Amino acid sequence: MNILICVKVVPDSDTIIKIAPDGKTIDETNIRLAINPYDEYALEAGVQLKEKFGGEVTVISVGDENAAGVIKKCLPVGADKALHLIAPNSRMADALSIARMLADEIRNHPFDIIFCGKTTIDAQNGLVGELLGSLLNIPVISAASQFSIDGNRAVVSRDVDGTKEIVECALPCLVTAEKGLTKPRYPSLREIMLAKKKQIDSRPVVLGDPNLCVLGMEYPPNRPPGKIVGEGVGAVPELVRLLTEEAKVL
Amino acid sequence: MLKVLIFVEHKKGVIKKVTAETLSVGKNIAGQAPLTAVVFGAGAKNAASCLAKYGADRVIVFESEYLTNPMSKNAAKPLTDIITQEQPDVVLFPHTAVIKELLAAVSANLGVSPIVDCVAIENSDEKLVCCRSVYAGKIVASLKSNQKPTIVSLRPNIFQIIEHSVDTKIEEFSFRMNATDILTTIREISCEGKTRPELMEAKIIVAGGRGMGCAENFVLLEQLADFLGAAVGASRSVVDAEWQPQCIQIGQTGKTVAPELYIACGISGAIQHLAGIYSSKTIVAINSDPDAPIFKIADYGIVGDVREIVPALILELKKAKQSS
Repeated sequence: MNILICVKVVPDSDTIIKIAPDGKTIDETNIRLAINPYDEYALEAGVQLKEKFGGEVTVISVGDENAAGVIKKCLPVGADKALHLIAPNSRMADALSIARMLADEIRNHPFDIIFCGKTTIDAQNGLVGELLGSLLNIPVISAASQFSIDGNRAVVSRDVDGTKEIVECALPCLVTAEKGLTKPRYPSLREIMLAKKKQIDSRPVVLGDPNLCVLGMEYPPNRPPGKIVGEGVGAVPELVRLLTEEAKVL
Repeated sequence: MLKVLIFVEHKKGVIKKVTAETLSVGKNIAGQAPLTAVVFGAGAKNAASCLAKYGADRVIVFESEYLTNPMSKNAAKPLTDIITQEQPDVVLFPHTAVIKELLAAVSANLGVSPIVDCVAIENSDEKLVCCRSVYAGKIVASLKSNQKPTIVSLRPNIFQIIEHSVDTKIEEFSFRMNATDILTTIREISCEGKTRPELMEAKIIVAGGRGMGCAENFVLLEQLADFLGAAVGASRSVVDAEWQPQCIQIGQTGKTVAPELYIACGISGAIQHLAGIYSSKTIVAINSDPDAPIFKIADYGIVGDVREIVPALILELKKAKQSS
């Protein structure tokens, strides 16, 4: 089975995010980078599929040069190859531009299934997988919380706005991973050593004209300072009074 | 004046609250221009008749025996066709998990990069400026599209519903769908006897964290939620410990919510969690640690053991209800 995983290198979720002096991007100096957490579930799903059916797992990532070190971390976990499409300033590039770039690459690459994370924790669009599937003209099932292969079909369970669904489609297809789809593994020292022999291809790419333009970035307004109503059960009546009379939310 | 087209999300003809919110925003952006809504699938005509109240001047309905899942990517062809025919300046969608695949497929067909999950939208000199949160709500970005149509989806529970009275004209769209247009099929749907509101649309959310002590204690939160007609949410650590399912996690790797009242019980308030609740109107925190970061953004806090406070709160609310 040929399995492709799309990953993005993002600022770690604990990193403090600062707006850059231009007011339109974030300051990328001194931020800790990590693989987008949803993409880790996607990668693990791909590796598990390879372990079951045989085949090859290829990781593809669009990102600037700083992403290279993090993309490497996909190899000990079970990816056979990685392809880094180097695009400077692509962090907040619009989802369609990124999806087109991936589609152009993937058209030259045989595949049975593509896994993506359901969204990224930086731009939070959650669109690249769905757009990519549409550009490649294959079925897409998003936000999978369970996944299996049944003959030539992919079967996915997911929770959609409070309803549980089991959805299926024919292969080849694209599936995006919800948190908890898989439990990402920690590589052993041996796997880390062996991964050093695996290859990372990298190639510069040029993003097209942007379809969206970021006008500015701001920090969300501070919430007004709150108050501690009191300690213990004794404070409960006052809380109910405040919620009813002051906040008027009950 | 902008020509606005809205895709309606409904369940068997009953429209969702976020659809009413989206229509209200659409009407506002459109100004004097007629507002067109598009409704697909079984029950489309029923849904169409409720749209007048939110200002839809025209409703385009489409049903097909093949389209059993009308909010999915399977509906991309007819919707792309309608947009190509109508040539709107703006296409608005409610931002829900159901609709995202369809929105993306239509955007890919039209070669448009959409702006999703917007929390503010403004018509500035016939150009839309949309705000959305990025980096788990740590930053708000404002964006403009260089494309026509501009495709935008709106976050639930943020925008006000404004009622209008207009005469709605209903038109049927004719399009031949084939079995080959159906890419994904639903094998099974279960709601598991759900009685509580959906997290994304709930007016009140009661959420629990590690401070609840164990999975069993979430019964207390369920009791409080049921008394208030609220949804139940959970922090990441609780989901990671498998006390609660992933689908109710709130925060950076869960859902971003904006209820009128958010009651955080035994949640310390990691930055990733706070980002997910930041737009809530009123936040209440109950936590035994007076230094917990949750108190910094909570409007009202009680320092104490949630396992004692929550039952007391239910009792007090019952008393308040009886006396009113």
